[in-house]
Amino acid sequence: MKPALPTPILWRGGRRSWLLLPLWTVLLWLLLAPVQAQTPALAPATAQQFTLANGLTLIIKPDRRAPTALQMLWLRAGSMDEVDGQSGVAHVVEHMLFKGTPTVPEGEISRLVAAMGGRDNAFVSRDVTSFHQQIPAARLPDVMRLEADRFAHNTWPDEAFWREMSVIKEERRQMVEESAQARMFEVFMASAWLAHPYRRPIIGWMSDLLSLQPDDARAFYQRWYVPGNAALVVVGDVDVAQVRAWAERYFGALPARAVPERKPQTEPEQRGTRRIEYVGRTDRPLLVLGYKVPQLAHPDATDAASTDALALLLLAGVLDGHSAARLEHQLVQGAAGRRVALEVSASFSYLGRGPQLFLLSGTPAQGVSPAELEAALVAEIERVAREGVSEAELRRVRNQWLAAEVFQRDSMFAQARLLGSYWAQGWPVDSSERIMRRLSAVTPQQVQAVAARHFSAQRLTVGVLLPEQAP
Amino acid sequence: MKQMNPCGAAARSLGLWGLLALGLALMAPGFLQAAPVIEHWVQPSGARVYLVSNPGLPMLDVQIDLDAGSRRDPAPQAGLAQATAALLRAGVQAHAGQPALDENALAEAWADLGAQFSAAATRDRLSLRLRTLTQPELLQAAQDLLAQQLAAPAFAAPVWQRERPRWVARWQHSQTEPEVLAEQLLIAAVYGAHPYGQQARPETWAAIEAEHLRGFWRTHAQACTARVTLVGDIDRTRADALVRQLLTGWQPHGCSALPPLPEVQPLAQGRLIAQPFAVAQAQLLIGQPGLARRDPDFLAFMLANHILGGSGFSSRLMQEVRERRGLTYDIHSRFVPGRHAGAFVVATTTQPPRAQQALELVQHEIRRFVDQGPTQQELEHAQAALINGFALRLDSNRELLQEVAALAWHDLPLDDLQTWSARIAALNRVQVHRALQRVLQPERMVTVVFGATAP
Repeated sequence: MKPALPTPILWRGGRRSWLLLPLWTVLLWLLLAPVQAQTPALAPATAQQFTLANGLTLIIKPDRRAPTALQMLWLRAGSMDEVDGQSGVAHVVEHMLFKGTPTVPEGEISRLVAAMGGRDNAFVSRDVTSFHQQIPAARLPDVMRLEADRFAHNTWPDEAFWREMSVIKEERRQMVEESAQARMFEVFMASAWLAHPYRRPIIGWMSDLLSLQPDDARAFYQRWYVPGNAALVVVGDVDVAQVRAWAERYFGALPARAVPERKPQTEPEQRGTRRIEYVGRTDRPLLVLGYKVPQLAHPDATDAASTDALALLLLAGVLDGHSAARLEHQLVQGAAGRRVALEVSASFSYLGRGPQLFLLSGTPAQGVSPAELEAALVAEIERVAREGVSEAELRRVRNQWLAAEVFQRDSMFAQARLLGSYWAQGWPVDSSERIMRRLSAVTPQQVQAVAARHFSAQRLTVGVLLPEQAP
Repeated sequence: MKQMNPCGAAARSLGLWGLLALGLALMAPGFLQAAPVIEHWVQPSGARVYLVSNPGLPMLDVQIDLDAGSRRDPAPQAGLAQATAALLRAGVQAHAGQPALDENALAEAWADLGAQFSAAATRDRLSLRLRTLTQPELLQAAQDLLAQQLAAPAFAAPVWQRERPRWVARWQHSQTEPEVLAEQLLIAAVYGAHPYGQQARPETWAAIEAEHLRGFWRTHAQACTARVTLVGDIDRTRADALVRQLLTGWQPHGCSALPPLPEVQPLAQGRLIAQPFAVAQAQLLIGQPGLARRDPDFLAFMLANHILGGSGFSSRLMQEVRERRGLTYDIHSRFVPGRHAGAFVVATTTQPPRAQQALELVQHEIRRFVDQGPTQQELEHAQAALINGFALRLDSNRELLQEVAALAWHDLPLDDLQTWSARIAALNRVQVHRALQRVLQPERMVTVVFGATAP
């Protein structure tokens, strides 16, 4: 069932030395080659995508390893689709979707899913809203019927809204107000973005939560919960034609409605470092650096920004891809002779409907100031720009990336989440494979070049959390 | 819309619970299909091997469980098991013809393979985990590297000297977090002097040196008591060879019996711990010793906990405290049954002015539940949910690994998963209520109110 390796690549020089060979070519082949399965039912299937007449997208990926299925309904609407004064309303609407329809009263959907042996929940991000149920595969039509019903007929009295707002304010207290780190990051994002709606916290400012009205939530629901703005993702022990027929019956029956126009809300060019400080309950500072860098427009895009974004993804891995990566080695272990950080990280996301920041963050070591740590982080980028990275470092990042792609297939939830995220971007279902192919072609010179080109102090936002009293 | 929603409207008119009972009956044949086939054998070293061969994806998960959890920490060196697990990554010595690797070379070797190695100690066990692709050369290389790591971990003193202040710093930071502080108070009060209650602190880490890590490893890394669980694209012959190689290095460690540990003592009386703290949200915790995994009442108590606060949105506590009154974002009850009685805990948070209302409500709901037990409807609903949901617990290699490793660790019968649904279905209200009353005594619980004035 498993393919033999192309021997010229793998066995050049014995076991120790093969570790130095490009494993990623092997892994890429494992992922992309059609698998000759002994048991056809176990062959990893690819996802299939359809569009219903009312505009709703349907994405189905059979995974026959267990008699279960996962349904995820995705809305291309998140906190970035809110307007000022109503921050948090996308999240409020997500909560209200559990408050019933004319035929399924409040709380009933969760009770019914639990009775089926299933689990249900939902989440909202800056980009999307997603509702999901994991159920025994035989119950898939039941949850499709329930999900289609609340998608089209969610309704509740004002009293339910006020009760739920009380829960949501507790959620904000728990997730944000009780954490000095979270509050600093909230202010950091609000400073990094001026025009782009990413400046608003997903959960909403407390004052907006206090003033939000039931009809604000109803209006957001009416506006964005339209079939053309939604995708249904199904992963599990399912037959594609059967799922498609059920989807046509339950979701296809909903009337088409126009997807509202989206205003551009383009971020003006940043021309100088922005700095914020937040004083809170902590015993040590926390530092975050955010650089505005280019984005990947599409897995196949070959424009300069997209090509650079791919190199930036590898750079983040070189800096922080594993426990021996550069930042940990240099700043935490103190390879240069002195520890400057207790914790450190680098990250850059290729997923998001809006612009992403290349983030560097860290906690200074005892006796090290935030400014010293900032200088040390910047110096690591400058070192890449000056000296470049090795082929071995890139290979390591690719190896981890590719293996993680296989490991991810162990989880139906992870598979569905990725498929939904790609849909939200307007990307094809096989974006993972396309991006991996692109990553395999990125050279050390390209990584060096992006380190030199895109980490300008003019496009930097710095956030520092400071203890209330000197420690 | 009525037509589209028989689950809602029709279910209520027909009697939802009757419909669920039907679902319960229909579920039985499907259940057997869902239970995995576990192959089990004992190697000459004494190692107990559990294999679920699952060829769906070209990957393998391996977990080795050792009797080296934090309950084995000497009290003055609390944190030793966790430190031993963490420092396993700190390089390997030369072994069996393979050269030594320092911590970074070792991390790079794992990254080069695309494989993931981790080690962590809970109260009961120290668990070593490998996740790797199974393409033959990759699998062999991961096996060689892990075997070297298990046989000859370096426990490098300079690395521990460097890591220790980081751990202390993280601990100091955690002392500004109400959730951590409240939990520490609860753990200390519930377990008392039992090893389950030991909590690492800066002074206990200060008492640990690299030689102690090495000694702890040598004492506890024994093949004769190890459980090895494998799930993934591997057959029995290959799995057996893999496990043999992994454990060969432990033969010189011998097989001396570890000292028996005491059981967790029941609490003699109730206790209120109120700690003022400037918070946006008060932390409320109510707990007491629960039960051990091998306790005959385990299933009945799990069912009871599911109804009270273990099942998310449909649980009693969630309904009463969050859904009806909007007092909190999250409330749940949990218990962590180990080889000894792990704590049963109800946990929630709310804004300080409403803390007393929330606390009284939770206490009332616990008392009411223990006094009256679940209703027949609640019991049947929970049975249906658990039995129908059985397959969901096992639909990935990672979940299978967790379930089978737990079965292995607690020496449960090999058919435990096969018979699980039938045993759940056979429980009646009297049994569940009796188990509930045996395990929980509302008047003898520890209550932690952190960040609000206590009643």
